[in-house]
Amino acid sequence: MKKETWKELPIGTVNIQAGNSISNRTGTWRSGRKPQFIEEHCIQCFFCWLYCPHFAIRVEGGKVTGFNYDYCTGCGLCAEECPTKIKSIVMVKEETELAEGRKK
Amino acid sequence: MSGFKILNGNQTIAEAARQIDPDVVAAYPITPSTAIVETIAQFRADGLISGEFVCPESEHSAMSVCIGAASAGGRVMTATSSQGLALMWEMLYIAAGLRLPIVAAIANRALSAPINIHGDHSDTMGARDSGWIQVYSENCQEAYDNFIQAFRIGEHPDVLTPVLVGLDGFIISHSSEVVQIEDDAAVKKFIGEFKPPYPLLDTSRKFTVGSIDFTDYYFEHKRSQIEGIENSPRVIAEVGREFGRTFGRSYGFFEEYRMDDAELAIVVMSSAAGTGKDAVDELRNEGLQIGLLKPRIFRPFPHEQIGEALKKTKAVAVLDRSSAPGAFGAPLFTEIRSALYDYDKRPKMVNYVYGLGGRDIRIEHFKDVAKKLETIAATGKVDEMLGYLNLRE
Repeated sequence: MKKETWKELPIGTVNIQAGNSISNRTGTWRSGRKPQFIEEHCIQCFFCWLYCPHFAIRVEGGKVTGFNYDYCTGCGLCAEECPTKIKSIVMVKEETELAEGRKK
Repeated sequence: MSGFKILNGNQTIAEAARQIDPDVVAAYPITPSTAIVETIAQFRADGLISGEFVCPESEHSAMSVCIGAASAGGRVMTATSSQGLALMWEMLYIAAGLRLPIVAAIANRALSAPINIHGDHSDTMGARDSGWIQVYSENCQEAYDNFIQAFRIGEHPDVLTPVLVGLDGFIISHSSEVVQIEDDAAVKKFIGEFKPPYPLLDTSRKFTVGSIDFTDYYFEHKRSQIEGIENSPRVIAEVGREFGRTFGRSYGFFEEYRMDDAELAIVVMSSAAGTGKDAVDELRNEGLQIGLLKPRIFRPFPHEQIGEALKKTKAVAVLDRSSAPGAFGAPLFTEIRSALYDYDKRPKMVNYVYGLGGRDIRIEHFKDVAKKLETIAATGKVDEMLGYLNLRE
């Protein structure tokens, strides 16, 4: 994407593309570890969804189904907040194969 | 009705604020600017102004409120001094970066330590690279006139930059003078309506203000910010002329006093320029070809015009009411010395720091400087570049 010159930008740091943070893939910040979802332990409390600072919890059909790794920074808050006795989210090494079969 | 009133510097600023009636005044009182805030609060309580008056818990918060209110699209002002301005420091840069034309009256006061409540320019000089336009006033009349013009300058669509107006603490802030206060309606007409380009209260457009920039945009945004202050000289000159046409007192970037044939020149800002002019008169009577140059605008620094005004002199003394420890001279000196660098023929220059913490500067001190300038002009040599006036050695 072509970036604006200083003359093309609106003054005063005004950003007229509201919501353009979606183009900033914060998942590229992740290093070393990532969350893994273990569906059979999940009670669908949505704590992870509530606490995730990057809206990277994937929800489909009203249910938490995993993570959007394009935006997950690997901070581990979701795993920390997960209240189930046997954790439904665990932090794993980045190179570990994901439950969904994705590699990152 | 336009008329004369006996007012001190703080009261003239408050009087101008009453006439301008900004949408929001957010300020925290500090000596010697307290009376500005106090008088405006009184005006608000008496129903003489309609804008919001906010008294937050600190100057940092006061400037933060100003930034919020100006982002919303309001015409906004504050007033402070010394430690108060220092506490605003990080917010000053944000006001400038967001291109919010906030106007601040600063009753100039020394910075701690040691603690001191009297007048010098350490506070505003510390903010000289914050991106604010800086205007300095010699007396109460200039403080009033500058404060009104500040709104017009800052709010101009090509400028949109915050402006601070300095008036020397106590010497101007607390000294009563006869001041011509213009007609309320004429002042309102002069400043006109503020049309912010991106008011956050305009919900018909979607935009974000003050979001994070990484390495990819910060540099472009800072360059874009610089354009505002670089556009301001044209506007400052226009507004100064229009003020003259409207109210009879014109303003430029600086004032030249008996500079026409001057071989020697003293450069000094703010209240000390008044004493300096008396000294020049006496020295002229004694046969010395000396003049005085009083900068009014320090940011943006009018380097071309000052260079032209001083290039024909033989020796120049720049008097600074602040120090810059470890620097190549105090702030005004380094600017002026640099402004003269490109001339093949240029005067010898010397720098004097004076008046720190409100220390007096009298006619005899200006005469000491003039004597030094005579020697420098005769010998072409500067034996000591930086000196101190009225300091116990």
